[in-house]
Amino acid sequence: MTETISGSRGLSIEEPLLFEQGSPGQCGVDLETPPDLPDHLGGLRRRQPAALPGLAEPTVVRHFTRLSQKNFGIDSVFYPLGSCTMKHNPRLNEKLARLAGFADVHPFQPESTVQGALALIDLAAHWLKTLTGLPAIAMSPAAGAHGEFCGLMTIRAALEDRGERRTRVLVPESAHGTNPASAAACGFTVDPIPATSRGRVDVGALKAKLGDDVAAVMLTNPNTCGLFENDILEIAEAIHGVGGFFYGDGANFNAIVGRVTVADLGIDAMHINLHKTFSTPHGGGGPGAGPTVLSDALAPYAPLPAVVHDAGGFHLVEHAAGSGLKPCGRIKGFHGQFGVFVRALAYMMSMGADGLRQAASDAVLNANYLQARLSGELTPSFDGPCMHEALFDDRFLKDSGVTTLDFAKALIDEGFHPMTMYFPLVVHGALLMEPTETESKETLDRFIDSVRGLAQRAKQGNAAEFLSAPAHTPRRRLDETAAARTPELRWRPEKKV
Amino acid sequence: MRYLPLTEADRRDMLAAIGVSSVDDLFRDVPPAARRDGPVDLPRHAGELEVERRLSALAGRNLDAGSVPFFLGAGAYRHHIPAAVDAIIQRGEFLTSYTPYQPEVAQGTLQYLFEFQTQVAMITGMDVANASMYDGATACAEAAAMACRITRRKSILLSGNLHPHYRSVTATSLQYSGFTVDALDPDPLDLEDLLGRIDSGTACVVVQNPGFFGKIKDLGALADACHDAGALLVVAVTEPVSLGLIEPPGAMGADIVVAEGLGIGNALNFGGPGLGLFATRDKYVRQMPGRLAGQTVDADGRRGWVLTLSTREQHIRREKATSNICTNSGLCALAFTVHMALLGGEGLTRLAELNHAKAVQLAGKLRSVPGARLLHQTFFNELAITVPRPAAEVVARLADRRILGGVPVSRFYPSYPELAPVLLLAATETTREEDMDQLVAALKECAL
Repeated sequence: MTETISGSRGLSIEEPLLFEQGSPGQCGVDLETPPDLPDHLGGLRRRQPAALPGLAEPTVVRHFTRLSQKNFGIDSVFYPLGSCTMKHNPRLNEKLARLAGFADVHPFQPESTVQGALALIDLAAHWLKTLTGLPAIAMSPAAGAHGEFCGLMTIRAALEDRGERRTRVLVPESAHGTNPASAAACGFTVDPIPATSRGRVDVGALKAKLGDDVAAVMLTNPNTCGLFENDILEIAEAIHGVGGFFYGDGANFNAIVGRVTVADLGIDAMHINLHKTFSTPHGGGGPGAGPTVLSDALAPYAPLPAVVHDAGGFHLVEHAAGSGLKPCGRIKGFHGQFGVFVRALAYMMSMGADGLRQAASDAVLNANYLQARLSGELTPSFDGPCMHEALFDDRFLKDSGVTTLDFAKALIDEGFHPMTMYFPLVVHGALLMEPTETESKETLDRFIDSVRGLAQRAKQGNAAEFLSAPAHTPRRRLDETAAARTPELRWRPEKKV
Repeated sequence: MRYLPLTEADRRDMLAAIGVSSVDDLFRDVPPAARRDGPVDLPRHAGELEVERRLSALAGRNLDAGSVPFFLGAGAYRHHIPAAVDAIIQRGEFLTSYTPYQPEVAQGTLQYLFEFQTQVAMITGMDVANASMYDGATACAEAAAMACRITRRKSILLSGNLHPHYRSVTATSLQYSGFTVDALDPDPLDLEDLLGRIDSGTACVVVQNPGFFGKIKDLGALADACHDAGALLVVAVTEPVSLGLIEPPGAMGADIVVAEGLGIGNALNFGGPGLGLFATRDKYVRQMPGRLAGQTVDADGRRGWVLTLSTREQHIRREKATSNICTNSGLCALAFTVHMALLGGEGLTRLAELNHAKAVQLAGKLRSVPGARLLHQTFFNELAITVPRPAAEVVARLADRRILGGVPVSRFYPSYPELAPVLLLAATETTREEDMDQLVAALKECAL
């Protein structure tokens, strides 16, 4: 391709860093002149102002608009990123979260002036408790991993209250990395449990590891292979039999919401990723929210704050004294991800009990449709129906010279966001596809055509085109090794690039 | 249902392609005892209009800050957010994208994270910053743990001038980590002796500037004492606008700076989501928690960005990771970056000067309130005062008059009766002189 003078190519426009633009005279805000009064800074005035560039509003808006055009989002492309649940983010949620009565409310206003905010937290909590069948909930965790931390912290507090010092937590090898990391953060040692050839927890191995030093089993269900752990009741009975707790990682709750009652699975604690199951935006990596439902046995140990109500209205419990609770403490500033709660509640109300059940059904149907129609060309890792995501391994690429990574990059050129690659770790060269319920059959069919076509090309010996993919992106493959070897983590004025 | 594109005909065709007769067959691995036959006992689906009515009614039961004289701070400060910020963050390419694990289709996210990291490093006066944490309080806990990893020591000292939520989140989060957290008593008059408590077991001292009770301090001597003892100084900043006017922690010798970014680009939202800022020295970067965007080149040699140093993180290191954090506050970081870009260096300084001047103006007006006493003569945009009756009562009385008149410290420290008269009052660029006059007039009646 002929190089352009600017380096841009039509709609693909090069954009320098903010710090390489602007001039000292420019500013993107107009502020009133301060009242002329002596300062009270005690001589601690900043000596050297931050070297941020001066930019007028048009420059700033164009800068970020151009950056946005270098991104894939659910709004623009099919985004079948397994385990991430990239479903449509309704704009009603955004509109309602911006109402002044929600957005412009301070966390420490007197209770009498925030009754609607407290009612909203209580109502969102009611929906989540009813959908899972568990009686209590901690609303403050900020994300899934934070919910795991909350659940395990609560479990540890409950165990210590009954005078037990249990040290081990059993975590399946297929678990998301946050599970062992959260367990470690709560001071537990992590004991991995192997998977069977059917992609489920090896119940025999799990039982062999049980003992009175086991605090909890952590289990994602449906698991990260997209399969329902059909021995879950036996697992629950086994961990309860040795006096431990059963932690459910609810990252994949979207597959079963409205169709399975979590409490009936024997689960004592489970976080719910509102940014997955309940449609709040991922935002390029947050903010999320990970409210954690709890059994009666764990409820008193939940971190504060908690919303309660009586005849006088809603109240925020911020201190243990006099509350009758034995909280494990506080894990988050203020009162949780309130803005995310507004969005999730708007979604839950929009979908209703019937719609949420239908969403789970359609998510599972879409994934099974992908699995069924791709199995001729790709190699599914396990037999039988999947839940909300379909897992393939790289056997279909054997001897083709194409890796899972190459295959994923080629999908980008086809106009799709790649599936999750190399996760879960229990199959070789994993390709994990999660279509979600918000994709149409037409979209799935187009995706299937592309994936099948690419698989055929790979098998036919066209490795070169995969190795050089993607070709139609603002940047081609990026050198991650170089980035890690000599980290450049910020722009520096003395080192012009 | 408006979010579900499949038609009944689609579903029939797809079931046929799969080779099953109903969706129930796909759920056959679920034990029958746990399957639900019908919907849960919750309302059925609703249209936009209906949902909007129901949630608007809840919003209407809150007193929003913009409608009344408003003086709350205590870790969350109300600032004007330029209209361009929200327009940018609602672009679907930002709003509806995932963590940038596929860098070729996420250069937009990665570049703004690189810019965000640069801005945070610049305003805090540090070398390097991460791509954000959940909020200031959780960032504080992570900083304390990081200091323990670096120093291989176990003792964490928390100042009584540190925000009570930062104190309790740090103490809670690290209670089973093997580290000891020593939280000094709340210190409204700045009398505590931190230097005298540092010893050879101290991993870090965590202080806040401006302090929870509003006072600005020179941290140079404390930093020296920490370093002489082989400990680190962690500085928390709950009001990022203050960094436009006050000597930044990096210039005073801090080793790790954590801050709450809420207020720049991000609305109050009843306190969440927040935006944790986290900055440190180059030499400590591999002990840092959270995601990092880094510069590199693509196959054609062109500059680009990727997530980097992920060998610190849970998806690689599992139980040996520096933190369990995965999702952070990406979109809040974008809002911060856009707002900071609009401000620029001069705008940030002017905004900070305006905030400070408003607080000075408020302090002057409060002199006319009988019995009200200012605790500190140096401050940024928040004042701690004592009033003749319990501050919580005063605030409740003010609320009855539709004035949101500050935060009573007793809300955080109910078991410290000596703190009952202490009231925190913040002023920002959004505070008008007539708001101050209304507050002062009402205080003359409510505080006595």
